[in-house]
Amino acid sequence: MEHEVPQQVKHKFFTPGVIVLLIIALNGIVFIAGRFLFGLGAVTNLDQQYPWGIWIGIDVAAGVALAAGGFISAAIGHILHKDAYHSIVRPALLTAMLGYTFVAFGVFIDIGRWYFIWHPLVMWNPNSALFEVGICVIIYLSVLYIEFLPIVTERFIGKLNMKGIFSFLNKPLDKLLRALDSGLSKTMFVFIIAGVVLSSLHQSSLGTLMIIAGDKMHPLWQTPILPLLFLISAVAVGLPMVIFESLLASKSFKLKPEFSLLSRLGNYVGPILGVYLSFKIGDMVIRESFVHLVPMDLPAIMFLIEMIVGVVIPMIIFLTPLTSKSVSWLFWASSMVIFGVLLNRINNFIIAYNAPYALEAYIPSYGEISVTLGAASMLILLYRFIVINFPVISLPAPSGVHNSNK
Amino acid sequence: MIDKNRRNFFKTSALFGTVALGASATAKAAPENILSDDRKGVLVDVTHCIGCRSCEWACQTAHDLPADKIHDYHDREVFKEFRRPNNDSYTVVNEFENPNNELLPINVKYQCMHCDRPACVSACIVGAFTKKEDGSVVWNTDMCIGCRYCMVACPFQIPTFDYHKAIQPDIHKCDFCYKRTQEGKLPACVEICPVEALVYGPRTEIIRVAKHRIKRAPNKYLDHIYGEDEVGGTSWVYLSGVDFQTLKFPKHGTKTAPGVSESIQHGLFAYFVPPIALYAWLGGIMWVSKRKNAKQANEEKI
Repeated sequence: MEHEVPQQVKHKFFTPGVIVLLIIALNGIVFIAGRFLFGLGAVTNLDQQYPWGIWIGIDVAAGVALAAGGFISAAIGHILHKDAYHSIVRPALLTAMLGYTFVAFGVFIDIGRWYFIWHPLVMWNPNSALFEVGICVIIYLSVLYIEFLPIVTERFIGKLNMKGIFSFLNKPLDKLLRALDSGLSKTMFVFIIAGVVLSSLHQSSLGTLMIIAGDKMHPLWQTPILPLLFLISAVAVGLPMVIFESLLASKSFKLKPEFSLLSRLGNYVGPILGVYLSFKIGDMVIRESFVHLVPMDLPAIMFLIEMIVGVVIPMIIFLTPLTSKSVSWLFWASSMVIFGVLLNRINNFIIAYNAPYALEAYIPSYGEISVTLGAASMLILLYRFIVINFPVISLPAPSGVHNSNK
Repeated sequence: MIDKNRRNFFKTSALFGTVALGASATAKAAPENILSDDRKGVLVDVTHCIGCRSCEWACQTAHDLPADKIHDYHDREVFKEFRRPNNDSYTVVNEFENPNNELLPINVKYQCMHCDRPACVSACIVGAFTKKEDGSVVWNTDMCIGCRYCMVACPFQIPTFDYHKAIQPDIHKCDFCYKRTQEGKLPACVEICPVEALVYGPRTEIIRVAKHRIKRAPNKYLDHIYGEDEVGGTSWVYLSGVDFQTLKFPKHGTKTAPGVSESIQHGLFAYFVPPIALYAWLGGIMWVSKRKNAKQANEEKI
């Protein structure tokens, strides 16, 4: 593993898949423009009964959970100092940075008065779970950008070569980058620990959000231990996300998958899912909420899919030796955990929410779905652009490249 | 080298700690939630209401909302469908069949209940909602960011939003005629009601009146004042002859809406102790594991 260093992936940007993603992104941008020009009602199916839709349920809530790979891998790589896993830290950091950027973007387009998005910074309501989530996400996003800075300085130090009238800037900029780099390397641990603390806080507070909805939320999901469940499920999905992305990236860039490393990471997933499952079942038994499974209505079915496909089956697969034997078992088991957490957030924020005076059920509009898919496409495109242009993914070091990843 | 690193580590940790403490010291208090002893309330006696909808007209006029002429409001056609307060009407009257006497339909006025422990005040990300001394729960347009968490939180599904405004959409709900009552006037709906279905006064007083009415006519009234204890008590309380669920009131317990949520929030953030403790703990682990690694590396070198 020692000879592998993070470096730019040598691959062209455009492929047929990238073109498809660009079209999906453009389609989303059209509806985003519509939302800003004509208001939320013009693009979404939100109404006085259902104030929150998939932009909050998927783009924000699921987005935050699926970006958990960032703080989990930071905890493993930097806090526990498991050096063997260093190669996963940068890709996970990049996903978290982009993920949270799009979470912030999702909030920006969803709130009615987007130009007042800075208000929570100066108007504090410490009673509000949403305030806590908002503040933590703002600080954590800044922390993620700071954590990413060394990758930028590494890319440009000694390589600045602007031509023409800007050439006189090369030297002072290089000096500035070096100063920034040395300053960052001395203080980085502060930000790394802060990132893990902030993540634990807002991942759990995201679970507190719906508690105040009380009876309006279906009893299969409504429980005072929601913050704990949200935190555990975020921890559980962190590693599967890292595995999923790493395998996808190696497929897309035709690199050799880091299978032994990833499958060792996968060994942690089964037990974490087990902890989640025992808390969930314990809570259901104590509050006797399992009786709500009996009518076999939409919430009950969604709940069963979430628990069986998203938790029980992948837990069993991860606990067997299958995931350390085959890449596809590892990939599919990870995908199921990701699907489970995604569905859990959708269930918590949309399916479980039951407006007392609902006239009709909420079904996301074409515009809402377009924006959600468009944002996801933009995220993937940005990820691709950055790994091609910055040293993120670890590859075998070609001769002559010094080992900068101490 | 290691020693220098360690010193740096402590210096920077200390700095970060000071910043965190400084931030907690400047944290502003929660938004106002005053429970004054002489806060006002309204008793809605559903058995008195004749469904004239004058209150709807008065409310529209008092809040500069679009209003028809007052006698258009006496049209009973609208009762064919169940209506809810909206972003262009803060109160509505609905009609229900009377299970005891089909010639005497039951009319019920809905508006914000002005909870004593309002979920919206607790939930609002910027503290734009305030429970005032007179019992009213009011919304501040200068703070609102339009996140609609109040709508998620409200146990009565009251706040509504301008979905079709691109710039400066508002949250709309009954404000208990805060401006009028400050000037010594009655709330517009109470003032216009021709049959005294609405009684305005100190909340303790109207509860007493309600109890007296139940005692005087136990056959006419259900022995239940809706809002006396629901979600920890509301400023508006209701008397009825039929079960409140048949009048489409949500069934609520006596627990306050923000109760659990606030205890969790405050538990996680008690004087910033848990986050700082977590920070210190992780820092400790990091330091130990770093030293172990450095030691190992040194040994390997030797």
